[in-house]
Amino acid sequence: MTALVPLPVVIPLLGAAVTLMLTRFPQAQRLVSLAALTGVLGVSAALLVVVCDDGPQVVAVGAWPVPIGIVLVADQFSALMLVVSAAVTLCVLVYSIGQGMADGGEDTPLSIYHPSYLVLTAGVTTAFLSGDLFNLYVGFEILLVASYVLITVGGTEDRIRAGTTYVVVSLLSSLLFLTAIGLIYAAAGTLNMAQLAGRLDALPDGVRLMLNCVLLLAFGIKAAVFPLSAWLPDSYPTALAPVTAVFAGLLTKVGLYAIIRVETLLFPGGPTRDLLLVLAMLTMLVGILGAIPQTDVKRLLSFTLVSHIGYMLFGIGLSNELGVSSAIFYVVHHITIQTTLFLVVGLMERYGGTTALDRLGGLAALSPLLAVLFFVPAMNLAGIPPFSGFLGKLGLIEAGAAAGGGLRWALVAAALATSLLTLYAVARVWNLAFWRRPVRTAASGPIEGAALPRLMVGATVALLVLGVALTGIAGPLFDLTGDAAADLLERAPYVDAVRGEGVR
Amino acid sequence: MSPNLTYVAVVGVLFAAGVILLLERSLTRVLMGVVLLANGVNVLILAGGRYGGPPIVGTTPDDEMSDPLPQAMILTAIVITLGLTAFLLALAYRSWRLVGHDEVQDDIEDRRIVELAERDAGPEVEDVDDEAEAP
Repeated sequence: MTALVPLPVVIPLLGAAVTLMLTRFPQAQRLVSLAALTGVLGVSAALLVVVCDDGPQVVAVGAWPVPIGIVLVADQFSALMLVVSAAVTLCVLVYSIGQGMADGGEDTPLSIYHPSYLVLTAGVTTAFLSGDLFNLYVGFEILLVASYVLITVGGTEDRIRAGTTYVVVSLLSSLLFLTAIGLIYAAAGTLNMAQLAGRLDALPDGVRLMLNCVLLLAFGIKAAVFPLSAWLPDSYPTALAPVTAVFAGLLTKVGLYAIIRVETLLFPGGPTRDLLLVLAMLTMLVGILGAIPQTDVKRLLSFTLVSHIGYMLFGIGLSNELGVSSAIFYVVHHITIQTTLFLVVGLMERYGGTTALDRLGGLAALSPLLAVLFFVPAMNLAGIPPFSGFLGKLGLIEAGAAAGGGLRWALVAAALATSLLTLYAVARVWNLAFWRRPVRTAASGPIEGAALPRLMVGATVALLVLGVALTGIAGPLFDLTGDAAADLLERAPYVDAVRGEGVR
Repeated sequence: MSPNLTYVAVVGVLFAAGVILLLERSLTRVLMGVVLLANGVNVLILAGGRYGGPPIVGTTPDDEMSDPLPQAMILTAIVITLGLTAFLLALAYRSWRLVGHDEVQDDIEDRRIVELAERDAGPEVEDVDDEAEAP
């Protein structure tokens, strides 16, 4: 069943080529994009089933032997990430199609939107499937180049300003990653991750620590870990609503995926654990404190996004099975919820005409549907039982308590405080935008004749249901993430599967 | 194998110049910085591989061949940098068309929040001044 492995990369790339040829036929573009992403979702789901039954699947691209060629590897972790990202990208695509139809193609989608979006998907899947550090770099570049186009779509003054920050910071992180690749190749003589797992162990401690830190620096920028996170709230909010949603949901998580892969496979048990824990604590607290004073819903949510990256880092830093398992669960939860929230904010902007909290008001009375759509994922984000946010945080806190030690208990406390402050931040949005009476100023109130397009609402509801359903399937999902975490920490399943392909 | 000192020095100079340019406000200078840094990284990758004759079987004995993998990686990196340079130039041009310069600007929301904080703190400071002047 290894034939399935390259498909999540190939389908969206082919789709991008076809949509690029169909720029004059928007309807056909939409159909091709939908078909491509549905295909990716189907293949990813099949891949997850195969991987759970038969163990990691490996494909040597072009049948070139390792280390000259490149391998694509799908283990449980990457297959799970593929399924979640495919589901989310499909929902956001439907949402943006709804938005484009409602706006009559004036604002979105420009003819370039669909090809860029599919290339972005291909970049994300490449990063998840890559078994080679240089291919991982290429995957990152593919998704970043597509994201540069998407974040500056339309080329308005705001988007150019925000896009400049985003592009320069991303470029810098890519160069750091490339530097790390050059250094690792010089030190170990290979970039195949399974081979590196053995060879890096043999290096002197100082060299390993240096290589590990350069990689963490590069991925830390991509994943928006605290001292490197300032670019995110400045750049994401100005993009189109569906673009912000998919960026917030997926792009930082690809960085986190890379951190998890590197920390478990390449540098297990290194001295960077405590560093990661401290960074996790700072990311959580500084992020959420940044969210509280914001007067714009999109920026507020961008800060909560940064803050909750800390939870996942916490799990990685603990590096015990429950910690990594909960971190993976939290990644799944957070991709879904953060995307849903940004989609809802897009609906709020359509309905209320703005996302500024001092000008919104009374949305709950005007549109109860919108209120429910915001309330459920907001409570889920804050971690109110029985939602999946609560379960993920519970797992992390249990793992922290089980590991013991002063630093870990401090992190447990920080995690609880962050959860509480998140509740405060989203409750503030709820009170100001939904609960209080409408503000009567010239620029406020629903736009005349503003209606919520059905397709946009439908896509948001689908994601919301997925987010709530995570609670229902939490048991099997935790089993799955537990297995994935055990495999990650053990390393042997991954390394043996690649070695079966002729790696010496 | 020890690295070639010339390479190391070149990498150091390119990185230093690139970082200085990257810290500038003008996007064109930032772009130059990125290009220098990217070339620095390429030389760094080149320095990581073995050097020798052309890696073609039959032309060079096996143990005198250079390592072709870093060269392949550098080719990929050069192509990526080329595309991104073009994109950054387009951004700088668009910025110049819109606002008449290509300087990287402060974030508007950040400034708004600073102004809000100043407004909140403002009256109290004035009160203190009033009391001080009253007697």
